[in-house]
Amino acid sequence: MISELEELIANALRELEVITRDKELEDWRVRYLGKKSQLTTILRGLTGLPMEERKGVGALANRIKAELENSYQQKIQLLREDQLVSAVGAESLDITLPGRLLPGGRLHPITQTIQEIHEIFVSMGFQVMEAPEVEWNYYNFEALNIPHHHPARDSMATLWVDYKNEKGERDMLLRTHNTAGDIRAMEMMKPPIRVVTTGKVYRYEASDATHLPMFYQIDGFAVDKSITMAELKGTLYEFARRFFGEERKVRFRCDYFPFVEPGVEMAIECGVCGGKGCRLCGDSGWIEILGAGMTHPKVLERGGLDPKVYSSFAFGMGIDRLPMLRYGIDDIRLFYGSDLRFLRQF
Amino acid sequence: MKVSLSWLKDYVDIKIPVDELARRLAMAGTEVKAWQVVGGSWEGIVIGQIKAINPHPNADRLTLPTVDLGTEQQTVVCGAPNLKLGDKVVFARVGARLIDGHTGKPFTLEAAKIRGVVSEGMVCSEKELGISDSHEGIMVLPAEAPVGAALTDYMGDVILDLDITPNRPDCLSVIGIAREIAALTGQKVRLPDDKYDESATTIDSQVSVQIADPDLCPRYSASLVSGIKIGASPPWMQQRLIAAGMRPINNIVDITNYVMLEYGEPLHAFDYNRIRGQKIIIRRAKKGEVMVTLDGSKRALAPDMLVIADTERAVALAGVMGGYDSEVTENTTAIFLEAASFNPASIYETGHSLGLPSEARLRFERGISAGVTIPALKRATQLLIEIGGGQAAKGFIDAYPGEKKAEPVRLRRSEAKRLLGVDFSVKQMKDTLVALGFEVKAGASNTELLAIAPYWRSDVSLEEDLIEEVARIIGYDEIPITMLSQPVPRQNPSPMLKLKPQVSRILADYGFQEVITFSMMGSEALNKLSPHSQPPEPEPLRLANPMTAEQEYLRPTLRANLLSALESNLRHEESGVRLFELGRVYHRRKNDLPSEPEIVCGVATGPRFEPSWRGGNEALDFYDAKGMVEGLFGQLGVEVSFEAGSDEGLHPFKQAAIVVGGKRLGVVGELHPKVSDAFELTGDVYLFEVDLTALLPFTLEHKMFQPISRFPAVVRDMALVVDVGVTNAQVQAIMQGFPLVTEVALFDLYSGEQLPAGKKSLAYRITYQSPKHTLTDDEVNKVQQQILDKLSKQLGASLRG
Repeated sequence: MISELEELIANALRELEVITRDKELEDWRVRYLGKKSQLTTILRGLTGLPMEERKGVGALANRIKAELENSYQQKIQLLREDQLVSAVGAESLDITLPGRLLPGGRLHPITQTIQEIHEIFVSMGFQVMEAPEVEWNYYNFEALNIPHHHPARDSMATLWVDYKNEKGERDMLLRTHNTAGDIRAMEMMKPPIRVVTTGKVYRYEASDATHLPMFYQIDGFAVDKSITMAELKGTLYEFARRFFGEERKVRFRCDYFPFVEPGVEMAIECGVCGGKGCRLCGDSGWIEILGAGMTHPKVLERGGLDPKVYSSFAFGMGIDRLPMLRYGIDDIRLFYGSDLRFLRQF
Repeated sequence: MKVSLSWLKDYVDIKIPVDELARRLAMAGTEVKAWQVVGGSWEGIVIGQIKAINPHPNADRLTLPTVDLGTEQQTVVCGAPNLKLGDKVVFARVGARLIDGHTGKPFTLEAAKIRGVVSEGMVCSEKELGISDSHEGIMVLPAEAPVGAALTDYMGDVILDLDITPNRPDCLSVIGIAREIAALTGQKVRLPDDKYDESATTIDSQVSVQIADPDLCPRYSASLVSGIKIGASPPWMQQRLIAAGMRPINNIVDITNYVMLEYGEPLHAFDYNRIRGQKIIIRRAKKGEVMVTLDGSKRALAPDMLVIADTERAVALAGVMGGYDSEVTENTTAIFLEAASFNPASIYETGHSLGLPSEARLRFERGISAGVTIPALKRATQLLIEIGGGQAAKGFIDAYPGEKKAEPVRLRRSEAKRLLGVDFSVKQMKDTLVALGFEVKAGASNTELLAIAPYWRSDVSLEEDLIEEVARIIGYDEIPITMLSQPVPRQNPSPMLKLKPQVSRILADYGFQEVITFSMMGSEALNKLSPHSQPPEPEPLRLANPMTAEQEYLRPTLRANLLSALESNLRHEESGVRLFELGRVYHRRKNDLPSEPEIVCGVATGPRFEPSWRGGNEALDFYDAKGMVEGLFGQLGVEVSFEAGSDEGLHPFKQAAIVVGGKRLGVVGELHPKVSDAFELTGDVYLFEVDLTALLPFTLEHKMFQPISRFPAVVRDMALVVDVGVTNAQVQAIMQGFPLVTEVALFDLYSGEQLPAGKKSLAYRITYQSPKHTLTDDEVNKVQQQILDKLSKQLGASLRG
């Protein structure tokens, strides 16, 4: 019996070695491991054997069964791998054929830019705020220290709504900047305040490659008991570092806006000429990207805050300019022309 | 403001290169937009003197001047009519770059044979040198011009184009810029000579001034110069005016302009002999008063306009424009010279309402300091005598009802540190302010000081103003970079800011490209949205001063812009287009700002999927559009239902109102064919529109978890035959009313030959499940039967055999 078993395993393994097809392997399995196989018959017939023989034969038969099963599993893996290799050719795909597309649109480059900017300022503790686009003269100008005859109004030519108040004055307008939201923020919140207001702003301006009557702006505003210009610089330099990259140079210079004192203009090094001077930067090597400053004490007073107790900074930045600089877009009108050939590129 | 470097150097030493000067000025608040090197291209151009003029042998109009260039003499061909023996002229050698006097284009001078005579070089006009447009004759230099010298060395210059911020009218002047440069570079300013001899007769005996409206005229200063001879101003003055962008007129006007550029104070010269009654009255215009301004136009004056008048009539519009009747003419012999301070708002109003821009207005509107009248007046008077040859009356008039003593402003070291975040020493602050011309005194303690603004500054009244002065001159580069140090404030972001990006992302994933269009639009586009071309009701918000008719209204809807965008894209898109916009529309409210709801609108046309070689290019239909809306709401987690719609812009039978919580807050459907035609769209266009502001509260509803049943579900199909008028919603409502029914899905709809006319078949897959036990067949059969009974009773439904 023992020798019978030893012969069986030797035959089985020899046969297994040369098998190359799934069908042959299946026949082999039935022949050596199936219900009617010699091995199964032997194992079933163990009870009929004398006690002393049963132990030895049983142990051997079980070991052989385990070994055959193991070899069988290995053979399956071997055959699968062989088949994968041999299938190249007959069953392989032309993977250069186009895939079946799922529909997919994109967000507008301005929307993408706003989301990116928001992420940066939110991470610095600013809350995104929304404010009306159609605004009172008070919030847009008067409360921001820009009375009616102020020369700064010349640089913010205004689109007025056809509406007059009881006194017969035109006092409803399309906001010319998002700084209009700063007074609203002070009316709605108590300090400490850190907000950014983003959205459309409007100017009485003819359309050309760099001007439009409507564009996007973000205004930032922070109030607390010890806000400094150094922190304004830190906040804006950090924004520039994250938006434009580590190596871009940034500069703060003095500028004038009626609602801040001291006033600041921030510029980044021109990306086209690397600061050497070119047409894009008007030979200065710098590109202005925003206006900022320490909120004027009169503005804080209008917002109901004591400028002796609180200090504050504010900044305002055109958004359209940013993707224009980043992607080299030379005509702002493309953003609002709804041309898919343009919009699909972002 | 344009100013030449050579002019600036009259008042301050400039020892740094131009680019460094530009950088420092910009850092301190005065941006140099550009600078232009005059004569930078004058290579090979030298000063010569005409030694001989011989006739051209073959041409009457040409001559052959011989020009002495110091080292040699050159004889060339010349066509200019103004050649004079002994004149100093500009000579260009062969190879010089010049401007063609006729075409205005640059060219390189070559040797040429003109009517048989070889000419190696030429004598130049101003236009050929790029100095001005004058090409009537050659340019004649002053007699002292050095023969043989390069023209660049003699009159080369740099012209700076400066951007002056509105708070610094004092910097709209050469001296103002010189003062900035002095403070920035540690130099001292030299003011021009303003001393002159006066005659014995006092000004008061010849003219008097009365300010009737001191609220509009805080100061009026004047001098009187007689014995003037009108003529051209000297070339140096003309050159400077031209470089600053002004046109020379005559010596008197040029002097007033020159001193305005020098000091920033606008001056006005009246012909003294045309002032009637020897009296000047500064008053508001009378009702119905009319005057002719010096441009010759007759102007009706409003009662709030300030005029300069004599005893009979207005002779000038104060600060805006002179009067025709009192203008300096070539017969003028005596000048009444005005240097005044006017209320900026009044000047603004008058100038704006008459549409008269001017250099004077610019300075008055920005509030040039009243302190500048006398220094400017003295300087102009001195020039009138020196150049116009007149004699000044003794003394000057200085009516100053609005005089305010300059108040000292406190500057504390601690306050500067509180605002700037950098600790400047008191000495640093003091030195900076002194360099800017401030009078600085000791303060109450040794950590503060008192500063009085110089007479030319009108923009410094607060401690913050002084802090800016200190910071900008020391330089913003000295301010450290620190992150916000305070704790982050409490955040209460608007949920709308979460909803909007969520909606946009979902729609983009459905193949919609986001667009952003103008908020302003024209009535024409709006009317196209109605199948009857009716204007929208109520009338959208109108702008009082639209740029164009296409930007007259604030959009009450996103549709029109989207449909136009769809149309323009279809011209170049082969396979359909899907666009959406998420933005505000504007609706009137009585006596209040308009409401600005956030709306999302999508438009789609073309195939359901991107065209593919694998097929599947069926066109979109209503159920695709509805499915997108259902998908959107599904992802937002908001339960939505649909009702028959009544939107007039959509196809009357192919539209549905979107209903959430019993409120209609949007529509979906096919575009009305007439609207489609109006926008020149071909093919079916589907549109949906949702009011996100109205939807927002429903997205915030609190949800509770539903436990998952441990017991298996049973699925049964039920195919029904019903009248065609019966809706899916009716059937589903009944099915879902039964307990144990957890889900109902329509999987087939059939109407046609196999069914009687007027009937259709609806097949449903119903899922049954209990949270408490495993359902038996009997239980499910019972409910199936109950459902069928109810459907049969209420909707006349029967099982399809």
